[in-house]
Parts: sequence; structure tokens; C-alpha cells
Amino acid sequence: MANRFHRLTLARHRRLLDSHTRYYASQAALASTPVRRLNVPIEFGSTPLLHHTAKTLSKTPGLPSSGASSRLNLFQAVNAALRTALAASDRVLCFGEDVAFGGVFRCTAGLQDEFGKLRVFNTPLTEQGIVGAAIGAAAEGRKPVVEIQFADYVFPAFDQIVNEAAKFRYREGETGANLGGLVIRMPCGGVGHGALYHTQSPEALFCHVPGFRVVMPRSPSQAKGLLLSAILESKDPVIFMEPKILYRAAVEEVPDEAYTLPLSKAEVIKTGADLTIISYGRPLYMCAAAIEAAEKDRPGLSVELVDLRTIYPWDRQTVIESVVKTGRAIVVHESMVNFGVGAEIAATVQEAGFLRLKAPVKRIAGLTTHTGLAYEKYVLPDVARIYDGILATVDY
Amino acid sequence: MPSSPRFPGAINSPLTTKMDWIVPSLMPPIPTYRILNSDNVIEDESRLSAEIPTEEILKWYHNMLTVNIMDGIMFDAQRHGRLSFYMVSAGEEAVMVGSAAALAADDVITCQYREHGVFLQRGFELKDFMSQLTSNCNDPGKGRNMPVHYSGRKKVGVHAVASTLGTQIPHATGAAYALKMEALENPSAEPRVAACYFGEGAASEGDFHGALNVAATQQCPVLFLCRNNGFAISTPSSQQYRGDGIASRGAGYGIETLRVDGTDIFAVYEATKEARRMALEHGGRPILLEFMAYRISHHSTSDDSSAYRSREDAAHWKSPERNPVSRLRHWLESKGAWDADRDREARAQIRKDVIRELTDAEKEKKPALRAIFSDVYADLTEEAEAQRQELKRIMLKYPAEYDCDQNVDGVQGL
Repeated sequence: MANRFHRLTLARHRRLLDSHTRYYASQAALASTPVRRLNVPIEFGSTPLLHHTAKTLSKTPGLPSSGASSRLNLFQAVNAALRTALAASDRVLCFGEDVAFGGVFRCTAGLQDEFGKLRVFNTPLTEQGIVGAAIGAAAEGRKPVVEIQFADYVFPAFDQIVNEAAKFRYREGETGANLGGLVIRMPCGGVGHGALYHTQSPEALFCHVPGFRVVMPRSPSQAKGLLLSAILESKDPVIFMEPKILYRAAVEEVPDEAYTLPLSKAEVIKTGADLTIISYGRPLYMCAAAIEAAEKDRPGLSVELVDLRTIYPWDRQTVIESVVKTGRAIVVHESMVNFGVGAEIAATVQEAGFLRLKAPVKRIAGLTTHTGLAYEKYVLPDVARIYDGILATVDY
Repeated sequence: MPSSPRFPGAINSPLTTKMDWIVPSLMPPIPTYRILNSDNVIEDESRLSAEIPTEEILKWYHNMLTVNIMDGIMFDAQRHGRLSFYMVSAGEEAVMVGSAAALAADDVITCQYREHGVFLQRGFELKDFMSQLTSNCNDPGKGRNMPVHYSGRKKVGVHAVASTLGTQIPHATGAAYALKMEALENPSAEPRVAACYFGEGAASEGDFHGALNVAATQQCPVLFLCRNNGFAISTPSSQQYRGDGIASRGAGYGIETLRVDGTDIFAVYEATKEARRMALEHGGRPILLEFMAYRISHHSTSDDSSAYRSREDAAHWKSPERNPVSRLRHWLESKGAWDADRDREARAQIRKDVIRELTDAEKEKKPALRAIFSDVYADLTEEAEAQRQELKRIMLKYPAEYDCDQNVDGVQGL
């Protein structure tokens, strides 16, 4: 259903694009009208990053592939994981603003009805109160999965995150008290119209002060496994960032059974010999499209694509191994390039594999500005920039 | 026209044609509850809800004396370079000991940094204080926090102290919620409360607001215990708030509140006891207590309060008529349970004990250097392990540049 609707939208989109290229009548008619090839909407219905049938589930390590599966989008997968977690352990709580009716992105739909008001409830509008209370509850052995409505609004809770939660186990020392089981979920990233305050992707800020595991899933099946791991298995508190544009756009087969995916382990989602692209979240879809175009234009070129999955503590080993093998690296992320995750990866990679590098490590990321409404498509990394970066790096 | 339109935001608010402003400056100040009168006599003995054995009250007094004397010695120790930092809690001994005496041993506590009396009353020993103050290998906090930031969860059920102000308040809210759930899951077990201590300055922080609001809307069994000692470093309360103290805020959250004379240990005890009982009623609710006191000491050893207040002021509150330690002493002596000789003896013994424990603590080694990296995560990350090895390599390569014989196992402890 979602697929058909999406195809109709794509068709309409293309017609609109065509009409725009002929807008200025004073232009001499070109012999062949330039057609967009790279910066076209991601075809979520056919992207290799999603499992369109259950048959491909076995290709992704860690996903159960023999049992039943359902077509879920990202918010449904998050919902499924929360439901599973609430059922698996009495200690799991789910609170935050508007979670009772289902949350502004439907991630918590039906949970209060099923698990009751004591475990699933609305809080007043106070991120610092929400995270502070979550810390207190986690310290007493509960597993509070709290929602920050938009990553852009996490900042009132920044003190609680950086000064309290991140340091909790460290300052307790031998008492062993810790916040394993605390998960802070937040939608992040560009959605097309989010502008300055519904678009941010602040993962770099949470990676700088150690203490949390910072996770960003790329797809519904990844989200379910990673979130269950964060809630039920992690001994450390987790910040779980959900690319909001994927809530509805990313639809795929997700195994029905409960399963976990390991934190702090990257995944090589496409192997290649000539260049490694490291990314996470929504830009992975752009990377896949750019890789496809580049490999088509350069027969013989093969690009390896790595999904970090956990931004910090990150799987340095997998990334370094990959870059040492290919000799070239590009990091792609949505948030601004300056002092971003890309800087850390580039520094680490060049330190570990300097002599094996055939080109400088490139970062393709958000421009160093704010994500103005009218300019989002220029500010966030797009397929054209990634495509260009691939060729520039390979041609260095 | 209905007389009460039942707006969702104020369901029971009646309509009126009078423009009746709430004028805080015209409202009577919230009274301060006390039991001891100005002559340190309990006029109305029925105020003490149950007979507290004199032995118990003597223990309170001894604990107040211990905090007071320890504070004085530790302040001097800092001045002599034996400690890097200290915070004296003079003037607040009754607030700490009295309130702690009314809480249950397994209640969950979060606090600010001037609650040594709470630790002591709940079972911290001098050795525990000194271990943390000297950052030696017996400090559960592994030498990570500044002095007076005790890690006492195992021994006394108090969260490790952080320097950040007010952050501990919503922790108590969340802990209380967990305790509320526990009580429902285990109706046969004794229910517990969470309690947090904070100063009137910390109550200006947003975390105070968030914590009380969440506690009230979720009906958490939590005691919010405010130590209003008149100062936040150099800032007097007249510059900290314009309303009637912290107590006036409780009503804004729908929280039952009492203001108490913090220099009257009986009032502190009774109020906390009753607050705890109330907090556990009907499944749980938050209670706000404002203990009025005066910070006789400087803010810390990094502060000289003569820069912002007169000696007369501090002396006024230090006087035997007003300071909490002498007030209780006066009452005990009036009951024949104490006298000047015993007082002299007790003080001398405490002094000896404190100095001995400090000296012993100083002789102990510092924690092993692996404490640099451990406990950031449950297990060392690959990156932390790489850094640990690199640091060790540097220290072994330049042994003259590092002196870690003070630490357990020296460089091998890394």
C-alpha cells in the first residue's frame, strides 16, 4: 500500500521536475534537456538497504531469517521493539511528552492500552525533568525508555546527560551503581520541511563526553534489534537516534520474533575494493544511490559501504580494516562537517592507516550553517555531492 | 452563564467579576514550625509525637558535635595543604542529623554537598569520610571526585555527590517512582521513600522545577528537603528569589509544604517523620520541606565570606542561643542528660578520633591507576584500552617524569 502510494508520488515528482527545467522561455531550447540523474528522490521501494522480501533477511548478519516477518516501517518497528521490551521485562518503563496517545510519530501507539498507565505515561513538558527522573529510576533498577520529542529539544537535558548520566557509573565507583537500561530515544535528521528546529542531528555532541552508547539505526529491521539490545542487554545507558524521515519512508520485512543486534559493531553492508564509505542513518541511502551511479559510470569500480550503527563507542577495527584494504575513505553524515563525527573517523583512520591511504580522507557532511527551511536540500549531503566525492577520491 | 466554566487548565476555578490580583507582598509569610522555644524548652511536650529515647537524642547530639568538630579540623587541614578542598556545614547540623534520623535506613537519598551530617547519622564512619577526603584506595569513589563528594550508596544509601547543583532533585523523583512501583509489586515489604537535599540557591535551577512538576503529576513518594541557609556562595537569598522562600513554590506544583526552624532538631525530626508518613499515603505523593537555617561557615575553603557579609551576622547565628548544636545541648543539660564535663570529654575524644583517622587515611595509598579508565562504561572500550596501553608506554619510557608510587601497584596498576 505504501509502495503504490510512493510510486505515484515519484511519478508526480518527476513530472514536476520536468516542467521546471523548461520554466524560462527565454532559454534557447537545448538539443537534449538535462535530466536529473543523481539528486532524485530515494527509491525506498527498491533500495538495496531494505529487505523488500523475507528472502534477503539472511544476508544481514544477526537478523533471524527462518521465522515469520512483517512489512513494517520505522515507527512500527520501534513500536514493535518497545512492545517486546515492555512484555519481556516488568522493569521497562516508557515515558515522555505525548507518549500516552502514541507519540507525535506513533512510535508508542497502543502501548499505554496494553501495558497500563504506571508503565507508559505522559510527563509534563520538561526534558531535564524527564531525563533526570529517568536517571533516578534507572539507578533503582528500572529500565526507563524515555522519549525526547525531537533531537532539537534535547538541550535542556544536556546537563543531565553529560554531567550526570554519563558520569554516574564513574563517580559511584565501587558501589557498582549504574544506569544500564536507561534509553533516551529521539527522532533526528532532515525531513524536508523541518527547518532550524526539527532537523538537527546532534550525535557528535553526545560522543564527545563518554558514558553513553550513541546508536542510529538505518532501517526498521536494524532499529528493532538495536533498540532491544539497548533496552534489555546494554549495561550502559543508550541514546537512540531515529532518522525521522525514515519513520514512514523506510518499509521492509522485519522478523516477528524478538532479536537483538550488537551495539558498538559496525556492519559492512556492501563490500568493495577501491573505496570505503562510512556513514550512518539516512545518508546511507544517498550513499547507496551515489555508489550505484559511480559504479555504473566507472566499470570496474567497487565501493565498500560501512554502516557505523553505533556512533560511539564505535567499531574502529571494522572501519580501519576496511580503509586499509581499499586505501580510500569518505565519511558521510547529515550534521555539520565542522567538529563532527567525520572529523573523528578521519583522524582515526589516517592515524591507523596513513601509509595505505591513496587519497585524503574526505568528509561529505552538512554545510557549516543552520538548516534553513528553504535551503535544506543544499545544506544536507546529497547524492550529487557524494557521487562527486567518490570520483574525486578515486581520481586523486 | 455557568459560575464555573471548567476550563481544562483550571477545572474548579469559579468566575468572578472582581479583578482580584494575587499580591504576594500582601500575603502573610509562611510561618516557621518549631518545637523548642527561644529558651530551648519544649513548651508543648505533646509536639513530640512519640517518646524518643534519650539515648537516641544523645546520639543525635554526638553526631552533630562530630560533624561540627570534623568540619573545623578539616577546614584547617585544607589551609595547611593536607586537603585540596573542604566545605563546612556549620549551622546546619540539626537539619542534617534531625532529618536523617527520621528517614528509614533503606530510603534512597540524593543530596547536594553540604550534608555530611546525613551521611554520619545514616552510618558513615570517620574512616569513610577521611578515605574520600584524602582520595585514598579505600574511597569507594576511587579518588575521582573532589573532597566532600562522597560515594556512599552501599553504606548509607546516598547517591554519589556531584558538584552540579539541582541535578539531584529529579533523580529523587525518578527513584521515588521506582519505589512506588516496587511497593505495588511487593505490598508486603516496607514501602520506601526517596529524599533529596538541596539549597535554596539550587532551587533556582530548572531541574528543581522539572523535578517537582513530574513528582506531583506522577504522585511520587519523594521528600524535597530544602536547606535554606540564606546564602548561595556570596548571593544572599534576597537576590536569589523574590517570593516567600522555597516553601511558597510548593503550592504552585500542588505539593504539600511546611517551613521548619532548621536550628531546632526536634522540629526537623518531627516534620521529616510526618512528611515521610504523608509521602507514603495513598500510594505516594511528594512533600516539600523548607528548613530555615544560617550558613555560619564560608561557602567552602575557596571562599572568604567576610567579602560579602559582616562578622556580626555570622556571630549572631553562631551564638549559643541560635546555633543548633548548643540549642540541643542546652535542652539535654536542662533534662539532666548532659553536662559541661561530658561535653568537654566528648569534644576532646572526637578531636582525637578525627585527627587519628585523617592521619591514618593520609598514610594509605591512592587508588590504582586503572581507575583512570574503568567505569566510564561497564567494560573498557577498545579505544580506552588502546589509550591505557599508550599511557603506560609513555610512563614506562619516561619513568622520571611520573611519580605513581603513591598509587596501589604503581605504574603496574594502570
